[in-house]
Amino acid sequence: MPLYREGSTAPVIDDGPAPLPLAEWLKNPFATALALSNTDRVEDLASHIGRLKLIVLHFPKFSDGRAYSQARLLRGRLGYQGELRATGGVLQDQAPFLLRCGFDSFESDQKGFGEALARARTLFSVVYQPAEDDRSAVSQLRLKRRNVAAA
Amino acid sequence: MPDTLLGRPQHFYRYDDYDRTLVAERVEQFRDQVRRRLSGELTEEQFKPLRLTNGLYLQLHAYMLRIAIPYGTLSSRQLRKLADIARKYDRGYGHFTTRQNLQLNWIKLEDAPDALAALAEVDMHAMQTSGNVIRNVTADHFAGAAADEIEDPRIWCEIVRQWSTLHPEFSFLPRKFKIAITGSPNDRAAVRVHDIGLRLWRNEKGAVGFEVIVGGGLGRTPLIGKTLREFLPKDELLAYLEATLRVYNRYGRRDNLYKARIKILVHEVGTEKMREEVEAEYAAIKDGALKLAPETIEAIARQFAPPALPHRSAVVPEVEGLKLEDRNFALWLKSNVAPHRMAGYRIVTASLKPAGAPPGDASSVQMEGVADIADAYSQGEIRVSHEQNLVLPHVAVEDLPAVYRALERLGFAEANVGKITDIIACPGLDYCALANARSIPVAQSISNHFAGLARQHDIGDLKIKISGCINACGHHHVGHIGILGVDKNGVELYQISLGGDVDFGKTALGTILGPAVEADKVVEAVDALVTTYLEARGEGERFVDTYRRIGAEPFKVRMYAAL
Repeated sequence: MPLYREGSTAPVIDDGPAPLPLAEWLKNPFATALALSNTDRVEDLASHIGRLKLIVLHFPKFSDGRAYSQARLLRGRLGYQGELRATGGVLQDQAPFLLRCGFDSFESDQKGFGEALARARTLFSVVYQPAEDDRSAVSQLRLKRRNVAAA
Repeated sequence: MPDTLLGRPQHFYRYDDYDRTLVAERVEQFRDQVRRRLSGELTEEQFKPLRLTNGLYLQLHAYMLRIAIPYGTLSSRQLRKLADIARKYDRGYGHFTTRQNLQLNWIKLEDAPDALAALAEVDMHAMQTSGNVIRNVTADHFAGAAADEIEDPRIWCEIVRQWSTLHPEFSFLPRKFKIAITGSPNDRAAVRVHDIGLRLWRNEKGAVGFEVIVGGGLGRTPLIGKTLREFLPKDELLAYLEATLRVYNRYGRRDNLYKARIKILVHEVGTEKMREEVEAEYAAIKDGALKLAPETIEAIARQFAPPALPHRSAVVPEVEGLKLEDRNFALWLKSNVAPHRMAGYRIVTASLKPAGAPPGDASSVQMEGVADIADAYSQGEIRVSHEQNLVLPHVAVEDLPAVYRALERLGFAEANVGKITDIIACPGLDYCALANARSIPVAQSISNHFAGLARQHDIGDLKIKISGCINACGHHHVGHIGILGVDKNGVELYQISLGGDVDFGKTALGTILGPAVEADKVVEAVDALVTTYLEARGEGERFVDTYRRIGAEPFKVRMYAAL
C-alpha cells in the first residue's frame, strides 16, 4: 500500500525495517519496528517504548475505531516519540482525526489521499478537545482570551 | 452582528466565533463530501458514515435529515428558521422526535449542504445526530424553569456537546452513544435508559455532583443502567466521560451489531469489572487537560442565567373565571400546565398530539405560530420534549388564556399531556427502512378512539408508547402500555406489554402480555386494558399503580377475551 507522510502529496518510500507482529516481536524485543493488532494492549509496551522507532496500528475496516485509542495511549500515556503509522482501512476523511490522535504516517489505497492529508490540518481551524497534536482546545483559547481582556 | 439585531436576549448558550467557525467549516467539508459522492468518487459504503454524522439517513423513500436541537432548547428565531428550511427543502412539515431532534423526511442529497448552511445561520447543525458517535445530548425539557430543579442540566449538556463534537478518538465507536442529563429529582430525561445517564444531586455535605449511570438502553435488549459512580465532582465530568468512552471504544463488541452497545459490555463483564476499568482509566487522566476550569464552567453557566421575569400575580380572576366557563380550558390547565420556579408563571406544553394526528408532526405554519406565541408570551423560548411535544417555558399566569387560544388556533391546545392520547410513536413503516410494522396509524386510531377529553382525564395519567420494530425508537419497553410492531409472515402484528416506567427510582421494563394481536384489534385491546383498570382502580391510583398492585393476569384475561 502507498505510504504517505505530511509534507508530500506523493507517496514516499518506506526504507525502514519491516515491522514485526507482536508475537514475533516478543521473541525479539530489540527490534525497533512493531505492528499491532487493534486488540493488543499497548500498556504492555511501557518498558520498551523508548527503543521503538515505528509502531503500526491496524484498521481492519475504516469503521473500526479501536486504533484511535491505542494511538492516544501510546502518545499521551506512554510518551511514545517514534513514528506512528495507520494501515488498513485508512481513508481521506479520517485524516483529521488520525492526525489529532498522533499518527504521522499513513498507508492508504485511496486515490487522492496525499492531497487530502495536506489539507487535513486546516480543514477545521477550531478543535473542542485536547488530544495528541498540541492544538489548543477552544476552552483553552477562551480562557486565554478572557485573561487578556482582564489584564 | 450585534445581539440587538438578532432580537431579544437569549437565555441559553449562544455561539461565539469559535463555534460558528467550526460549524461553517463542517458544512463546507460536507459539501465536498456530497460532491465526491455525486461524482462517484466515493462509494455509498464510504459515504455512509460521512453523511450519517451530518444527520443524513437514507430511508424508504428518500433521504431524511435529522437536525440536532441540543438539550431541546430553541429560540423563536431558530424555530422560524426550521419552518423555513422545512418549506424550502422539504414538504412544509417536520417531525419532532423522542431525542429532541427534528426530522425532515424528504430531503434531496444535493440540497443537504445548503440546508445545513441555512441551519448554521441560526447557530444550529445536524452533526452527530446519527452514526456510531456520541449523539445529541438530551435534557429535561423543563430545565431552567422547573420548580423542582437543583441545577440547570443544560450547562452540562453544552459542555458535553462541545467536548463530543468531532472527537477524534470517538468518531468510530462500536455503536451509537446516547447521553441524557437531568437536574431534578423527578427525572424527565429517562437517564436510566441511556448509554450514559447523568443525574445532578446534592450530597449530605451540600455539594452538587453527578450520579453516573452507565449501560441502560432499550432496543432489542432492554436494560436498566447501572450506577458506576454515586457522586462525581462536576469539574471532573469530561475526564470521567472520556474514560468511560475509551473503555467502551477499546472493549465494546464489534462482531455483532446487536451486541455492540455499551449496555452489552457492562452486562457481559459485570458492573464491578466495568467500574474498575473506568475508574483506572479515569485515575490516569483526571488531573489532566480535561479538568474543567471554574471560569470555563462559569462562562457557560452565565449564558443559561434565567430570564429576569417581572413579578406577576399567581392568582388571576380572569383565569379563575375562564376555568368555570370553559371546561376544556380547565382540563388544559390540569394536564398541559406545570409549576414554574416563580409563583406568577407556568410551564405550558403545546400538545403535538391532537386527536388523530401523527404524534410529533408540525407544519411550517404551525412552527411559525408557536414561535410567535413564544415571542409574545414566553421570552422567545421554546423547548422540545422527548415526549414529542413543544414547551413554552416561561408563561405568566395572566397570559394563560391568551396562550390557550393561540395554541387552539394552531391545533396544539389538546388537553392531553400525559394522557392516553399523548402517545409516543416512532416513524414506523411509513418512513423507516428498519421497521417491521406501521406505528403512526396505530397511534392515530388509538388517539381517535379515546378523543373525548373528559374520558381521557377520567382515565388519568397513562403513557402509551409504540415502536414499529425491535429497535424501540418509540420506547415501548417503558410505556405503561407498550406496543411493539412485529412482522409474522408478512402480516403486521402488535405485541402488547404493561408496566413499563421511566420515573426515577421506579424505572421498569414492561411485561409482554401474550400473543401479538392484529392491527385492527389494537384499539379493542387497549380499550379492554383501560376498562380493567377503571373497574379495579383504588383511590388516587394511576393505571400503572393499579397494574403494580393487581398484576398482569386480570388485564390479560380481559384483553384476550375482548379480541
